[in-house]
Amino acid sequence: MATTYETRKMAVPEVHPEHKEYWEAAALGTLLIKQCDSCGEAHYYPRVLCPHCMSDNTKWNEAKGTGTIYTYSVMRKGTPYAIAFVELDEGLRMMTNIVDCDLDTIHIGQKVKVAFKQSGDQDNPGPFVPCFTPIKE
Amino acid sequence: MAIKGKAYIAGAFEHPTRKAENKSVAALHAECAKGALEDAGLSFGDVDGYFCAGDAPGGVLSMVDYLGLNVRHLDGTDIGGSSYIAHVSHAAEAIAAGKCNVALITMAGRPRSEGRSGLKQKIVGANVPDTPFELPFGPTAVNEYAMATMRHMHEFGTTSEQLAWVKVAASHHAQHNPNAMLRDVVTVEDVLASPMIADPLHRLDCCVVSDGGGALVVVSPEIAKSLKRPLVRVMGSGEAPKGQAAGKTDLTYSGAIWSGPAAFAEAGLTPQDIKYASIYDSFTITVLMQLEDLGFCKKGEGGKFVADGNLISGVGKLPINTDGGGLNNNHPASRGGIVKVIEAVRQLRGEAHPNVQVKNCDIALAHGTGGGLSSRHGSATLILERV
Ligand SMILES: [Zn+2]
Repeated sequence: MATTYETRKMAVPEVHPEHKEYWEAAALGTLLIKQCDSCGEAHYYPRVLCPHCMSDNTKWNEAKGTGTIYTYSVMRKGTPYAIAFVELDEGLRMMTNIVDCDLDTIHIGQKVKVAFKQSGDQDNPGPFVPCFTPIKE
Repeated sequence: MAIKGKAYIAGAFEHPTRKAENKSVAALHAECAKGALEDAGLSFGDVDGYFCAGDAPGGVLSMVDYLGLNVRHLDGTDIGGSSYIAHVSHAAEAIAAGKCNVALITMAGRPRSEGRSGLKQKIVGANVPDTPFELPFGPTAVNEYAMATMRHMHEFGTTSEQLAWVKVAASHHAQHNPNAMLRDVVTVEDVLASPMIADPLHRLDCCVVSDGGGALVVVSPEIAKSLKRPLVRVMGSGEAPKGQAAGKTDLTYSGAIWSGPAAFAEAGLTPQDIKYASIYDSFTITVLMQLEDLGFCKKGEGGKFVADGNLISGVGKLPINTDGGGLNNNHPASRGGIVKVIEAVRQLRGEAHPNVQVKNCDIALAHGTGGGLSSRHGSATLILERV
């Protein structure tokens, strides 16, 4: 028995002014993360001021787009979907969905790569958001 | 300034309704307020401090106006379902600082009548900084707690059978509570056979969705001693937020690792001193993780601790949630913190149901986790003593 991934209408994220570059890169298939040039720490989700040292000396970096599943849960009521936290190779853990796979085979420690999906629907298309899909091993 | 001994809980009331089809949320707040003040032997005119959270329609200002209160101290702190546990602590602080003498805390809601549940996606306002990076992925109450459960199982070997014992204990207590929404005793097998909601949480790992509410009256020592009710003294408290640490989140623990030790230090007590504990039970995992974080057992050993009836009054070492808790009795407005304090007060007064009353219950703890266990939550711990 398998639980096949189904397309789900994802809530449209509000685009805040300081995240314009993030969403533009997402539309082109690139995941951006913020890096602080004052303390050297990366952070997620992106802020104007570094949450580790309060510096405004933060810049966008391209993430490799690969990581491992830190934890997950498959929703069994309604359209099934897999919410997860993925730990990026850069060390940051982010909330996401695991997509384009048999949801019953998802496991902690599984290697995944970013796969952008468009939020909203045909009538109200929204930004592409970073989901992840298992890397064929 | 510590709050130890600076305030007493003089009044406590839990609304008996679990489905309030013909009453507004504000009316439920008013009925709870009246119930708690009558329990204390006080009246609306005595109240000079008012506390409420996000469930209160229109917030502090609408509620004060609606209830006809004449107060000199206000607090609308909202940290989700644990708000009311923090409110007791804030009320004690305000009383200790001379800002008020009779603090009224109310909460109420009707999610059952309004068709809301922990399966629906959260409703959030505009401009919240985190939601653009979370809401598209469908976080709900259930799958947020489920993700923390999954990680706990992975790191510590916690099992669904162990989690089920939390529900079994709740059901054993709820059979004696005529107001409880679910009163049937269940077994570990019943929990495991209930439908999977969000892996690995079954339906019976989740709390009820119920209407209702509650209220508390916190007063100065002088006023407490002038009333006829048993004296329940505030001994210590702690509160702590936990978020995602900007990408360094660890889902194996809750904010109780900070709020618990703060409360014990202020009270000058340890987990071994606690005779009864109200432990927030939005889900079975919530109880298991909080027991570890509060120091009732070691991190990772919560599964063993909750198993085999250890949480059942008269059977185990640590009786918890003897009203049936959020899992069986009541989770009004999807915010169970106030009921946690109310049952702790009942136990300390010796007014719990005889079949679940803890003998010589002189020190009790109430602890809550409000919000999402995987995203952001507020932990609040309160330690009370019968004088
Ligand atoms: Zn920095």
